[in-house]
Amino acid sequence: MSLKIPFHDINHEPYMSTHPDYNRKSARMQTERSFKAQIIAAITLTEQEKLFHIRICDPSERENFSFLPGQFVMLELPGCGEVAISISGSSSNKEFLELCVRRVGLVTGILHRLEAGAFVGIRGPFGTHFPMQKMKGHNILLIAGGLGIAPLRSPIYWANEHRSDFEDITILYGARDPGQILFDYQFDEWRKIYDLELLTIVEHPDDDWDGHVGMITDLFDDVPVDPQNTYAIVCGPPVMFKFVCSYLSALGLPRQRMFVSLERRMHCGMGKCCRCNVGSTFTCLDGPVFDYWTVMNLQEAI
Amino acid sequence: MLYKTISKDNFRKMIEGLMESNEVMGPRWRDRDAEGNKIYRFLKLNNFDELESDYTRTYNSPKNFFLPFKENLATYKLGDSDWEQDIHYTIHPRVIVGMRACDINALRKLDEVMIKSTFPNPYYAARRENTIIIGLDHEPLEDCFCRSMGADVALRGFDLFLTDLGDKYFVAIDSDTGYMILNQYGGQEVTEEDQNKFKCVKKEIKSKFTTQVDVTIVPELMDLEFESEVWEKWGDKCLSCGSCAMVCPTCYCYGTEEEVDLTFTHATKSRCLYSCNLLDFAMVAGGHNFRPDSHVRLKYRYYHQFRGFVEAFNQSLCVGCNRCGVACLAGINPKDVIDDLIATEKL
Repeated sequence: MSLKIPFHDINHEPYMSTHPDYNRKSARMQTERSFKAQIIAAITLTEQEKLFHIRICDPSERENFSFLPGQFVMLELPGCGEVAISISGSSSNKEFLELCVRRVGLVTGILHRLEAGAFVGIRGPFGTHFPMQKMKGHNILLIAGGLGIAPLRSPIYWANEHRSDFEDITILYGARDPGQILFDYQFDEWRKIYDLELLTIVEHPDDDWDGHVGMITDLFDDVPVDPQNTYAIVCGPPVMFKFVCSYLSALGLPRQRMFVSLERRMHCGMGKCCRCNVGSTFTCLDGPVFDYWTVMNLQEAI
Repeated sequence: MLYKTISKDNFRKMIEGLMESNEVMGPRWRDRDAEGNKIYRFLKLNNFDELESDYTRTYNSPKNFFLPFKENLATYKLGDSDWEQDIHYTIHPRVIVGMRACDINALRKLDEVMIKSTFPNPYYAARRENTIIIGLDHEPLEDCFCRSMGADVALRGFDLFLTDLGDKYFVAIDSDTGYMILNQYGGQEVTEEDQNKFKCVKKEIKSKFTTQVDVTIVPELMDLEFESEVWEKWGDKCLSCGSCAMVCPTCYCYGTEEEVDLTFTHATKSRCLYSCNLLDFAMVAGGHNFRPDSHVRLKYRYYHQFRGFVEAFNQSLCVGCNRCGVACLAGINPKDVIDDLIATEKL
């Protein structure tokens, strides 16, 4: 089989359709300035996870805030702390941000006790994004494990809003038990309206569960993957990356068409504090979205 | 670059003049160690005679004038349900006299991260831009390996850089402020004799380096020897105390924390310099630690210094001052670790 070198045509990059702003390149700014934002809804999803709708208060700050699927924000509770949270909503929603947060530490513990009306701080967006533009004309395979569905919701919204750009869209979603499945209230809409295939699987079924049982990789038996025409987005616990990405590599999916989102404890989001150091780089600058080739070259990334 | 000379009398007058209306920091003798050697530290100079221009090495590096151990990033006024954030940059204009070439080069490496890359850091930049640096050449100490790291010569990053020619200093000038200060205190044109003397002094300095560390293939070795037992040999000795990062002129990692005062009306967000050797450096919420073992953390300290930073900025982060080697309570120093890594006969 002859190998055709992939051609990257920059004529389709997003910047080709925007006015150049030569001033912005490395503009100095108040790097710790948080946008004041209000929680407008705190929705309980499971015992551990809540979905927060957060609206930036200042109209011009809200207007200027834009992000791409896969990016994250630093969420601050003044006097309590700041945590990195991936954005879980649609990038076309200019009114509020959706953040799906698991109660696991000090800041998220207090956040879970906040109700609608509370004021929080938002810095960002930070980090790399899933290259949705590049995926045009291809199948997209989204694979989520557990809370990994949270950052994948953003590309799912994107895919729907640009549905004709893509061929088949498939979501594989695995959770430990049925009670931990998030956003199941949206599944019908995703299937019917978004026109995508969604398969779920749980490790430990309860009595009511009549779906797939096993590990996420078991779903591959039911899903044909066209390695020549597919982009994959994988998000979940580190151990899942290894199994899923090796399986897809073995199928012949190029490593640079597989994207994973890594998690580390960030303190700044701007490549200064070094806390999210992975291999030779930082998760906040070169990540959290990395292609699998890059991840393979980062020591102890997964 | 412009070069001039200044007589030692005039240099004294210059420093005294700067002290009249500025805070001038310089190497001062603070104490003696167990062997009776002087211990130096960069401190405020109250008079010229406190300046120890022949100092050997300060225990801490002058980086802390730019990256303090702890600083407030923001303060908050807390109301019943609302809050207001206030960001104020506290800057003390300063003169630092007597910085060595390695410490100036260390600042230039920090400049790469803090000023020249994305998200320039205003806290650092404000201090850097409001500090006058007067550097001073010196003969290397027994364990200095800055020459191996290419950090023994300061070409930029200072206002004035002085080389001792006996009765006068040869001065490299890298800023207009430096130029004005020098001219005000009798800077002279460089004569041919000065230039020849300068060459001799530089040659002399170069000849006195005794410690060499071969870092040519260290970036590759950081990957190839990633599983090497060398890391356990040295890393298991490591006490994970973080002293190396505290004294290092280039370590810049930090952690942020926020606290509320006792009246619940004010809060602060501050950052404290951290160390990648500390146990919880890579701990995430929920308790998972990406680097639970001390040898893995030590390895990553080297990995960042000799591979990660090289990939990002084409130079290693280490300047070869060996302050970490001096400070280490467990006797770990970069020369021994790297020598072990390079050795073909392991352990």
